[in-house]
Amino acid sequence: MRLRNVWVHVLGVALSASVAACGGGGQESSAPAATAKPAAGASKIDPSTAGDIKGTVTLTGTAPKNEPIRMNADPICIKQTNGPQLQETYTVSSDGKLANVFVYVKDGLGNYVYDPPAAGIKLDQHGCRYTPHVFGVRVGQPIEIVNSDPTLHNIHAMPKANPEFNNGQPIQGMKMNHTFKAKEVMVPFKCDVHGWMNAYVGVLDHPFFAVSKEDGSFEIKGLPPGDYTIEAWHEKLGATTQKVTIAAKDSKDVSFTFDAAKAAD
Amino acid sequence: MLHRFSQFVVGCTVLLVLAGSLVTSTGSGLAVPDWPTTYGWNMFTFPPSKWVGGIFYEHGHRLIASSVGFLTIILAAWLWLADPRRWMKRLGVAALAAVIAQGVLGGLTVLFFLPDAISTAHAGLAEIFFCLTVAIALFTSRGWIEAAGGADDRMLRAVATLTTALVYTQIIVGAVMRHSGAGLAIPDFPLMFGGLVPDHWSSAIAIHFAHRVGALIVTAAVLATTAHVWYHHRGQRELMRPALLIVGLVAVQVTLGALTVLSRRDVAINSAHVVCGALVLASSLVITLRSWRVRFAEVRLRPDTTNVRTNAASGFRRVAAGEGRPV
Repeated sequence: MRLRNVWVHVLGVALSASVAACGGGGQESSAPAATAKPAAGASKIDPSTAGDIKGTVTLTGTAPKNEPIRMNADPICIKQTNGPQLQETYTVSSDGKLANVFVYVKDGLGNYVYDPPAAGIKLDQHGCRYTPHVFGVRVGQPIEIVNSDPTLHNIHAMPKANPEFNNGQPIQGMKMNHTFKAKEVMVPFKCDVHGWMNAYVGVLDHPFFAVSKEDGSFEIKGLPPGDYTIEAWHEKLGATTQKVTIAAKDSKDVSFTFDAAKAAD
Repeated sequence: MLHRFSQFVVGCTVLLVLAGSLVTSTGSGLAVPDWPTTYGWNMFTFPPSKWVGGIFYEHGHRLIASSVGFLTIILAAWLWLADPRRWMKRLGVAALAAVIAQGVLGGLTVLFFLPDAISTAHAGLAEIFFCLTVAIALFTSRGWIEAAGGADDRMLRAVATLTTALVYTQIIVGAVMRHSGAGLAIPDFPLMFGGLVPDHWSSAIAIHFAHRVGALIVTAAVLATTAHVWYHHRGQRELMRPALLIVGLVAVQVTLGALTVLSRRDVAINSAHVVCGALVLASSLVITLRSWRVRFAEVRLRPDTTNVRTNAASGFRRVAAGEGRPV
């Protein structure tokens, strides 16, 4: 009799877990986070004293070749694209400038309160790729995830500090919104249907971040005076940091260099 | 007829193991994010035009699993109705319970994003279910009922049982390695980081190392079993055939394991390694069960060969207590 009770409890827990897990599959995967109350003594940044950081990201050595993408697993993906497709891991210009590097203020910000982000960020699934491939978002800022492809995708985010989610978008035009509630650099996204599709988002509790463009350039505006640690992150080359001091209305050049020989497998 | 059907279930289960290994080898475990539905569709009405990319493997695995589940219901009902042995009825129910639990584990591992523990349990229970189907096929065979291969050899029982336990343990270690992403934690073969043992350690390297050491232990145990059968039961085909088969399978399995590392986990090789592991386990199980055959002598059954008072479905006829020889 006692054994039977144990089994009933085990079954009950398993069913409850299943029901709870099933309930997470909606398109609105997370409610927008409530606006965090500013800490005591927090102040707004004075724009008249704010400075900027500008710089470029360079890759030294021979850039590793991007992996070819075999889209024949889905004929619709082939129709969506022209010719052979490559991964976007190393987007390097002819003069060695590196794109898709996430640059952000890692440390040194004081007790400031920031205006909420003006709008959400769109993550599009188009041509069986994620656009953008690397991007940043604020804690609580909605990400609108759209399926622009006439095929189905699943959006599988694999954060560590935030809850993991995996939602399906089987029909073209489907949208969902998601907000992250904790800062985290970086959160990988993948599509398990099309294994080559991946994207990375840096989630921060401040607005001081940028992604390097195709010419390797980036710019972070509106930084209050102070001593900062700036980090540059790349999906295969890892992260590197620099210290920088910003005076009032200062503009500093902070450039980063990655070594191709240190690329991870 | 029942024996033929149970053999068919075994074959379908091998196909199911292959489908499951393809899901993990291709990294498609979460290509269908919902369960038991498929992208909101009923699993059986999900349009084939949408079976693309990883969905092909994951959805295919679910459909084959459902079919095996359905076949197991029939098998359990058939055993219940047609097989007079009470323990065989229970074995059919156990197989049914195992396949249901297996389906639930498969669903839970999707809903909880493939946690190592649930995925490994799913892999472990798959092998147990496979063993149950193999055992049912064996127990319904004419050779078993007629007591062929019923050697009363204590040493054979010991070595065969130990070998089966070792093979199963090795499969579980392999499943842990597979689901924790440690398949290439030691990237070279036959050496390990250029030496006979790794020069540095992590949990992934330790699991991978354990699987390689396990392969050596299993190979030794299989050779010991086969050698024992060869020297003591060479005239018994029912023991010699699986004993020779398992040696060949282990040779193939070790080769596939090496090639899995050297090919950087090629999908076909990796999947074949999983299936071959299951076949090694099944072969070892058959030897083990046949070594224990003499201990099943209490059931008063014999196969019907006279077509008199035959239970047409099972091919058995019940004999009164004390009538006929016990089998």
